[in-house]
Amino acid sequence: MRDGLRRLLAMARKEAIQLRRDPRSLALAFLLPVLMLFLFGYAITLDVKDIRLAVVDRSVTVESRKLVDAFVRSGYFTVTERPDGLAEAEREIRRNRATAILHIGPDFAADLAAGRPAPVQLLLDGSDANTASIALNYAGAIVGQQGTPGGARPALEVRSRVWYNEALESRITIVPGLIAVIMSIIAAMLTSLTIAREWERGTMEQLAATPVSRVEVIVGKLLPYLAIGLIDVAITCVAAVFLFEVPLRGSLTLLFATSTLFLLGALGFGIFLSALLRSQLLASQASLMSTYLPALLLSGFIFAIANMPHVLQVVSLIVPARYFVAITRGVFLKGVGLEVLWPDVAGLAVYSTVGIGLAILVFRKEIA
Amino acid sequence: MTGFSPYRLRHVVRKELRQLLRDPRSRPILFVAPLVQLLLFGYAVSTDVRHVPTFVVDHDRTEASRALVEELTASGYFDVAGRSDDPASLVDALDRGHATVGLQIPPGYARDLAAGRATVQLLLDGSDANEATVAQGYATLILARHGAAVARERGAGRASAGGVGPGTPGAGVELRPRAWYNPELESRVYNVPAVIGILLLIICLLLTALGVVRERETGTLEQLLVSPITSAELMLGKTIPVLVVALIDLVVIATVGTLWFAIPFRGSPFALLLAALLFITAGLSVGLLVSTISRTQQEAFMTIFLFILPSVILSGFFFPIRSMPEVFQWITLGNPVRWFLEIVRSVFLKGTGIRELWVNYLALGGMAAGFLALAVARFRREIA
Repeated sequence: MRDGLRRLLAMARKEAIQLRRDPRSLALAFLLPVLMLFLFGYAITLDVKDIRLAVVDRSVTVESRKLVDAFVRSGYFTVTERPDGLAEAEREIRRNRATAILHIGPDFAADLAAGRPAPVQLLLDGSDANTASIALNYAGAIVGQQGTPGGARPALEVRSRVWYNEALESRITIVPGLIAVIMSIIAAMLTSLTIAREWERGTMEQLAATPVSRVEVIVGKLLPYLAIGLIDVAITCVAAVFLFEVPLRGSLTLLFATSTLFLLGALGFGIFLSALLRSQLLASQASLMSTYLPALLLSGFIFAIANMPHVLQVVSLIVPARYFVAITRGVFLKGVGLEVLWPDVAGLAVYSTVGIGLAILVFRKEIA
Repeated sequence: MTGFSPYRLRHVVRKELRQLLRDPRSRPILFVAPLVQLLLFGYAVSTDVRHVPTFVVDHDRTEASRALVEELTASGYFDVAGRSDDPASLVDALDRGHATVGLQIPPGYARDLAAGRATVQLLLDGSDANEATVAQGYATLILARHGAAVARERGAGRASAGGVGPGTPGAGVELRPRAWYNPELESRVYNVPAVIGILLLIICLLLTALGVVRERETGTLEQLLVSPITSAELMLGKTIPVLVVALIDLVVIATVGTLWFAIPFRGSPFALLLAALLFITAGLSVGLLVSTISRTQQEAFMTIFLFILPSVILSGFFFPIRSMPEVFQWITLGNPVRWFLEIVRSVFLKGTGIRELWVNYLALGGMAAGFLALAVARFRREIA
């Protein structure tokens, strides 16, 4: 047992030395999370603003100008074009110069004055469905406020309040989930090459000649990467709280404990792929396909799982990032603990057992 | 050094193709993985908000309050996930993520509605900002319309005596929306064509760079260099097989996209092919460039990832470019994926052609030429 531990640590030291000798890969292992955090945290947002509006105003009255004004003042729309007719406006949409057309008919002011419904047409470029549906929502709200002349109070008033993210900023949603996505990618990328490399370079024979056991090789290879992964978690958490001002309402201990569980599973899975495929090219491809994409698409990180077809909702149950995203969001934004998150933590525990188990099962030291 | 020989080039290409296709494990990765990704993007990537789980706390329990809830669920956007009299269980449902929206109807709602001054409260789980924003918009619209309809019914009785005037509910501006190219506003229609760009990018970069670096890592590059092959032949020999694979994947994705996902293809195949060739040239060149700066496959792989990640995020693939901070909007101008995705989407959905999108073609062509020149120069110096 003592010998086993010694061999395990020797294996870990060998892997750490190898990592240190490849400063570029090591630098990337720390640079990538920071880069991703910046890109996702600053550049991306699903919030829609500056919607380019082409206005076709056939009414040309004080009333129609007031309506256009309300669109501009809302801050969500910018009037980029004032084409003469609908045909010309349509061309602007085809050229990607406008996202929506506001078409005000010639009888607009007259209808409004007579107390008849005064229709205005909103034509949307549906080829970007997300922007179009949000633009439609905004337009509905703007027109709704215009609806009652004299400012009469509507018969039914809705008062909304948003929890956990009062200003509905997508940054607050994205950054906690991002920690989970970054970890999936880093973990798989770090370890997916580690065993294939030994095979391709022929050093597996040297490893085979030593008395290390399968478990010792796998766990020994895992430890240095676990250390890197946990440092990455710490970096991203600090950046999330201090740079992106995401509230951390729950327990930091729970966050790190679950991160360790998740990393163990993801690193084990990477080693499994590497031992199975024995080629760096294939293992890197396979790890990208099996971790990055599911973590990005099926984890609920950006796209809500409840909106997916039923089959994919079932598939998402085997995507470990799904549980980790739920945990990071729960801990950061909702401040909930194990009493709510235990099913997700259990999911991660199963994942880490399966990941490391598969790696040990598939790994063969013997040269066939 | 002999001149360029089509004969030798053919043999290099054949060797590369054989190496690429011989391995039974690499075939599924070349051709099946893109299909899996297409299915994932087609089905999973949806920013459409439907069936939002809604928790109802109805303190009023009248016909009017039930009609209000009915109106919400009938829209198809909201599903009742639970009901209770206790506001604490609403908090719990939001905490556990069982509900995204909470609707609280106060006691006396029916009476207030009849008097024209009813209020209901909407609580939203903002931890998913996108879903919350859209759900809030829908709920507000639906409830406002419901309120107006109730007021109109009430007003109709009164108006029959007094006639219609500017203050009558039901008058005022009425919005009539219509969406072009994608009337149902499905996000799939927007995403599936764009998958072409992402997949071509991954394939071109990864296969080219790792193909060259593998030879160096395993020592077979030296064997190639002592053979009479020129550097131009080696470069073409390395990239032509990848080009073939990329074009096959393009056709497969476009076919599955139009036939299976029923994505309209309104433009000309020629416009798409031209853009794809320019884009693939840029991708192959970047792949070659990466191969000149990486010693091991691991380095190459991580460098490529470092390149792919920002180019996808800053391409407008899922995140609208116009909402990014201005600095990032400028950066996107140097991203070939951005220009290519605009072309792909416009050709598929709007039927736009080269004449209207010439700026995109010019930008893409310029970048392809620039990357290619850089790759050729560095490849000559570093490799052969």
